[in-house]
Amino acid sequence: MTTYYTSEHEWISVDGDVGTVGITTFAAGKLGDVVFVDLPDAGKSVKKDADMAVVESVKAASDVYAPVTGEILEGNSAIVDAPAKVNEDPEGAGWFVKIRLADKGQLSGLMDKTAYDAFCATQ
Amino acid sequence: MTMNSTGRPTSITANGGAGTDMTVSGSKGLLQAEGLIFEIGSTDKTGVDLPKPKGAKSRLGGVTRSTSSGLPGLTEPEAVRHYVRLSQRNYAIDLGLFPLGSCTMKHNPRLNEKVARLPGFADVHPMQPQSTVQGALEVIEELADWLMKLTNMPAVAMTPKAGAHGELAGMLAIRAALIARGEGEKRKRVLVPVSAHGTNPATAAQCGFIIDEINAAPDGRVDLEDLKSKLVDSSDVAGIMLTNPNTCGLFERDIKEIADIIHAAGGYFYCDGANFNAIVGRVRPGDLGVDAMHINLHKTFSTPHGGGGPGSGPTVLSAALAPYAPVPFITKTADGLRFVEHHDEAPNSFGRMCAFHGQMGMFTRALAYILSHGADGLKQVAEDAVLNANYILARLKPLMSPAFEGYCMHEALFSDAFLKDTGVETIDIAKGLIDEGYHPMTMYFPLVVHGAMLIEPTETESKAELDRFCDALASIARRAVQKDPSLKTAPHLAPARRLDETRAARSPRLKWTPETPTMKAAE
Repeated sequence: MTTYYTSEHEWISVDGDVGTVGITTFAAGKLGDVVFVDLPDAGKSVKKDADMAVVESVKAASDVYAPVTGEILEGNSAIVDAPAKVNEDPEGAGWFVKIRLADKGQLSGLMDKTAYDAFCATQ
Repeated sequence: MTMNSTGRPTSITANGGAGTDMTVSGSKGLLQAEGLIFEIGSTDKTGVDLPKPKGAKSRLGGVTRSTSSGLPGLTEPEAVRHYVRLSQRNYAIDLGLFPLGSCTMKHNPRLNEKVARLPGFADVHPMQPQSTVQGALEVIEELADWLMKLTNMPAVAMTPKAGAHGELAGMLAIRAALIARGEGEKRKRVLVPVSAHGTNPATAAQCGFIIDEINAAPDGRVDLEDLKSKLVDSSDVAGIMLTNPNTCGLFERDIKEIADIIHAAGGYFYCDGANFNAIVGRVRPGDLGVDAMHINLHKTFSTPHGGGGPGSGPTVLSAALAPYAPVPFITKTADGLRFVEHHDEAPNSFGRMCAFHGQMGMFTRALAYILSHGADGLKQVAEDAVLNANYILARLKPLMSPAFEGYCMHEALFSDAFLKDTGVETIDIAKGLIDEGYHPMTMYFPLVVHGAMLIEPTETESKAELDRFCDALASIARRAVQKDPSLKTAPHLAPARRLDETRAARSPRLKWTPETPTMKAAE
């Protein structure tokens, strides 16, 4: 499994043609305590860089963008019931959705961990 | 030497004033602790004892209530004290400077209140025959005339009941105009700057438009190049929503050019008039190419708001949008004034936004404000509002970090750059202000400025009051830079300390139940 990162602070961990998507530890830290998550329904088609989910913290409501084009296979209902999980383990149990990738070629436009860490240092 | 050993001491002795903030009663000083009305009332108490009606038969058939309604009963003094105590926990413009940026918390002149309470205005009903309320209709008509003159716009919809409701009126008029042009399905994109009030994109989305964000330039204004790049293909553009002065407290210098390129692209220009108070009497939006703009009577024209009264958002319209204005509106006839209410008389109107004619109480207050100031006075209102904000900006500049270079309009905006490496954050500054007896400024808005602190003093504050506020904020800024840890736990002197906002949002308790334990200050 390889994990890729976007400049909008989403991560996608790819296994075959299925990607697990969430927001990064950096983003979760910046958002502060997450209090509400809205996820797309399974079966929905999402487009790369378009709004996919909503995450709301005490500070702000933010859109989460789809890092790739594809079909939503599953949303993580655990974070809908307990949004605190996003803060506790953003790049693990706090994942948002699983997507079936339409075009794996889109991954080459994303950052790897080293590039993303360097990017965060400039933010 | 004679001593009066029973007299009261003339100096603070025991404890030296450094007492505990815990009391047996829960009250602090003369600020009374107060529970919820359900906690202090009981169903077996009542303020007034009435004799049981004799000989009256129930006409409820078999549906008479058999159990108690559970409504709390209080004696009259308990009821009076309950609400007075709650009101004492409130901060109000009548209590002190209310520096909330973007909100324009100016003084509500008492003359307005006197006029609004005249029986001819206060005691009329929207359902009574229009021939009996000609004076009230004349007030609406005269206010409408002032608003059109001050903005140099040919029409105004008086019915919208708040700023965002006015936005809705303007955007629905734009949608109606596009539909009339046969482009309703084609032109769906509305451009909104990132610094916009949240209501702008929300309103556009509510009207079925798609939002396209425009970036801010480093000087805090609209990035003209970004705007132009979004108009390369403009066949789907419905219009732009722009606030001027913008939410950074800056005048959009390129506004005329922005209006021209939007019009050239076939779109309309919605101006958010929330900050009209900074330019009233000085700038007429109609001269700048605006197609629609709401005017917050509760901001620019001093009617009470923020818990003290309803909003009112009349929306001025250009000749292009005027035919689509909502009903009802007033028309002059040989027999006097009357409302145009129905489709047969206003076939192009997009419809009705509320049951009646808008906020009558706000109309009378706003007109009283306008007439008591006159055109020259309104101009001075704008000038003094800008002057006061710049005074605050100048006084605090050495200690805090202005978000942008140069003068501001009616509000001073600071970033949290001066707090870097102190551990103190914008919210701590705001909480510190509470201890100093002030309502906090607007914080973390606009979103384009990191840790924003937006301060709008309005024209109604004296120099002495501005100085007192600046002294307080300056001392907090100094403490912050010195990493004073007590700021992290402020407020220390307020009835309630820091509230657990996360818990309140994650597990809100929206209904009181008898099992709910007695409310305590969340400390």
